[in-house]
Amino acid sequence: MSDLDGFRAEIRAWLEANCPPEMREPVRDEDDVCWGGRKFKFKNPAQKAWLDACVAKGYTVPDWPKAYGGAGLDPAQAKVWREEMNRIGARPPLSSFGIWMLGPALLKFGTEEQKVHYLGQVARGEIRWCQGYSEPGSGSDLVSLQTFGEDKGNHWVVNGSKIWTSYADKADWIFCLVRTDKANKYQGISFLLFDMESPGVSTKPILLISGNSPFCETFFDNVEVPKHQIVGELNRGWDVAKYLLGHEREMISGAGGNDRLNTIGAFAKRAGLEDPLLRADLAMFDVDALAFSAMGEKFLDEIKVGKAHPAQPNMMKYAGTELNKRRHELLMAAGGSAALEWDSEGSNGGSKARSWLRTKANSIEGGTSEVMLNVISKRILDLPGA
Amino acid sequence: MPLYHTEDQAMLADTARGFLADEGNIAKQLRHFRDIDCKDGFGHALWKQFAELGLTGILVGEADGGLGMGHVEAGIVLEEIGRNLTPSPFLTSSVMAAAALGAGSAELKGRYLPGLLTGDSVFAVAIDEGPKHRPERIRTRAERSGNGFKLSGNKAFVVQGGSADMLVVAARTAGADDDNDGITLFAVPRDSSGVSLDVVRLVDSAQAAHVTLDAVQLDADAVIGEVDGGREVLNRVLNAGRVGAAAESVGVAMGSFEMTTTYLKQRKQFGKLIGEFQGLQHRAAHLYSELEIARAAVIKAQQLLDAGSEKAELMVSVAKAKAGKAAGLAVKEGVQMHGGIGMTDEYDIGLYMKRDRALAEFMGDAYYHAERVAQLSGY
Repeated sequence: MSDLDGFRAEIRAWLEANCPPEMREPVRDEDDVCWGGRKFKFKNPAQKAWLDACVAKGYTVPDWPKAYGGAGLDPAQAKVWREEMNRIGARPPLSSFGIWMLGPALLKFGTEEQKVHYLGQVARGEIRWCQGYSEPGSGSDLVSLQTFGEDKGNHWVVNGSKIWTSYADKADWIFCLVRTDKANKYQGISFLLFDMESPGVSTKPILLISGNSPFCETFFDNVEVPKHQIVGELNRGWDVAKYLLGHEREMISGAGGNDRLNTIGAFAKRAGLEDPLLRADLAMFDVDALAFSAMGEKFLDEIKVGKAHPAQPNMMKYAGTELNKRRHELLMAAGGSAALEWDSEGSNGGSKARSWLRTKANSIEGGTSEVMLNVISKRILDLPGA
Repeated sequence: MPLYHTEDQAMLADTARGFLADEGNIAKQLRHFRDIDCKDGFGHALWKQFAELGLTGILVGEADGGLGMGHVEAGIVLEEIGRNLTPSPFLTSSVMAAAALGAGSAELKGRYLPGLLTGDSVFAVAIDEGPKHRPERIRTRAERSGNGFKLSGNKAFVVQGGSADMLVVAARTAGADDDNDGITLFAVPRDSSGVSLDVVRLVDSAQAAHVTLDAVQLDADAVIGEVDGGREVLNRVLNAGRVGAAAESVGVAMGSFEMTTTYLKQRKQFGKLIGEFQGLQHRAAHLYSELEIARAAVIKAQQLLDAGSEKAELMVSVAKAKAGKAAGLAVKEGVQMHGGIGMTDEYDIGLYMKRDRALAEFMGDAYYHAERVAQLSGY
């Protein structure tokens, strides 16, 4: 225990010395998030200084091994790191699908060479990744995907299209599910990595109801992918994909978030709260939010030591996204007509309304709530025929 | 501290689970004592077995002969009590009264703890004064009289009051009804002159008392903690009772849920197991999610209480509210998914609904605790 106390003191002192004051302000909008990558433009010097300081210590990915750019923290130390970050309200130094999704999959399925190369790039924020999963005809029924990679000896030639590719227009590389055997549904998919600047790759942003375009359509027209850029075995990409989906669902669930940001009653009060029934709804919401926050902490503690049910990320995704939708419904109600403003300066460019609309995708992306409930029924509750 | 049980706690859970499944199950305890119309509503033999395992003294310090454990451990026992719907004075005696006596003088401890440790004594807690939990308002008066105090007032929902040897009574020694200060806790022997009880049977077959205190004369040594400074001890008792009741609710919910999912895998209609229908699957999966979250809130609150954290009070209310809502859903879905047999007395699922209803009220329902969450959060 005293070792951990010493570690906590060390982390606290390091954060005090290295986390710039601007990076302790709440994230207000997308611009405040550091995504890294070849095309990324830092919003201010503090954002870059904070990233650089963390990269040097491996703190962008604190629990990854040092050999792959992490800090090699054990679960108890990683928890102290999160707690100390939350204590001062520090922003994550780097947000990335490479950290949340590809990283865990590579750690499990990648070759040593792939881990050193790709994970190091992710940890240092050099390459921004996007995810090529859904297709126009393959949403919830993901395994029906049709994008095809034709075997040309030392490479594949990939043709097809993806949809809902988050930030494809800003990403440097893609991890992509590609059919490599048309005769086998589940065992005919491979997990490929390739550069978005490869000839034949193009993207087209999709305008959403929020007025923003975080998602793209992504097209592959005779894209050549070298054979060594496969993760896991040929035609066994579905195993990698499913494992990664667990981490994606964990990410979308918001587990490990900060309590101060999760509850909303006190926030609504500062904006003027006079309706007793709304106050009651906010209180009931805050009960659920604080309880879910404990669930997130418990889930992360358990998953680190293998105590969590393997399908538990589906529960986290379901509960976390439904909660987040409710949060934004209540924020809109508390905000009244001011929350309806779409592009005024006072509304910060309609951030309330746009965020509210954005959250409607939470229970669709990464597997719908209905699919999550199906998975819980089958894999956790063992209900028949599910 | 990670939010899962340590090895020692997991061992305790195994012991408690086996013990209560064997000895505290519905047929042996709840139905038996209900059907013979037992005046206590629980079995003293089982209470002695609790004592033999050391469980009656789970929160009592080791120096006083107890196990010296915390709220996580007490919650482990309560979850199994909940799962088996075991009628037991454990929550009122070993959790709440023990929390009160922990703040008492050596003399008081010497008077009451030995009987608790041997399972010969049962204690009850007299806090509420009306049909809803509102411990902010204490009207029962204790006036200085001779060498001690004279208590007058009415207490309600004193669970196991009729069987108790001693009642922990919250009374006002100074100030107005709604004042925070001026509260004093007393250890009142039930056979004191002026104490009268109207014992009523509740929906879950528990026995609870309306207690009338009519100029009950007590010596000064009946005071638990400081005169006028009882709010702090009372809060300790309330936190213990609330998080304990939340843990028991989780147990009730888990028992109900396990029975219900088992039924979904057995019952056939339209030539199919009813668990094959997506309409029921999704509701069961949603319920699972709510129960997992409630359980996480409860263990978080238990750990914070044991650590003496200043965040404990907020999380205790979160846990009581969340556990109450989740368990309420579990028993309602349980009865509905059982269909017609869910309405029969012969089948156990309805007993879960009754127990849940009583636990939901005990120590404040979800409305009360959501209100507290709002106030503690500054709105």
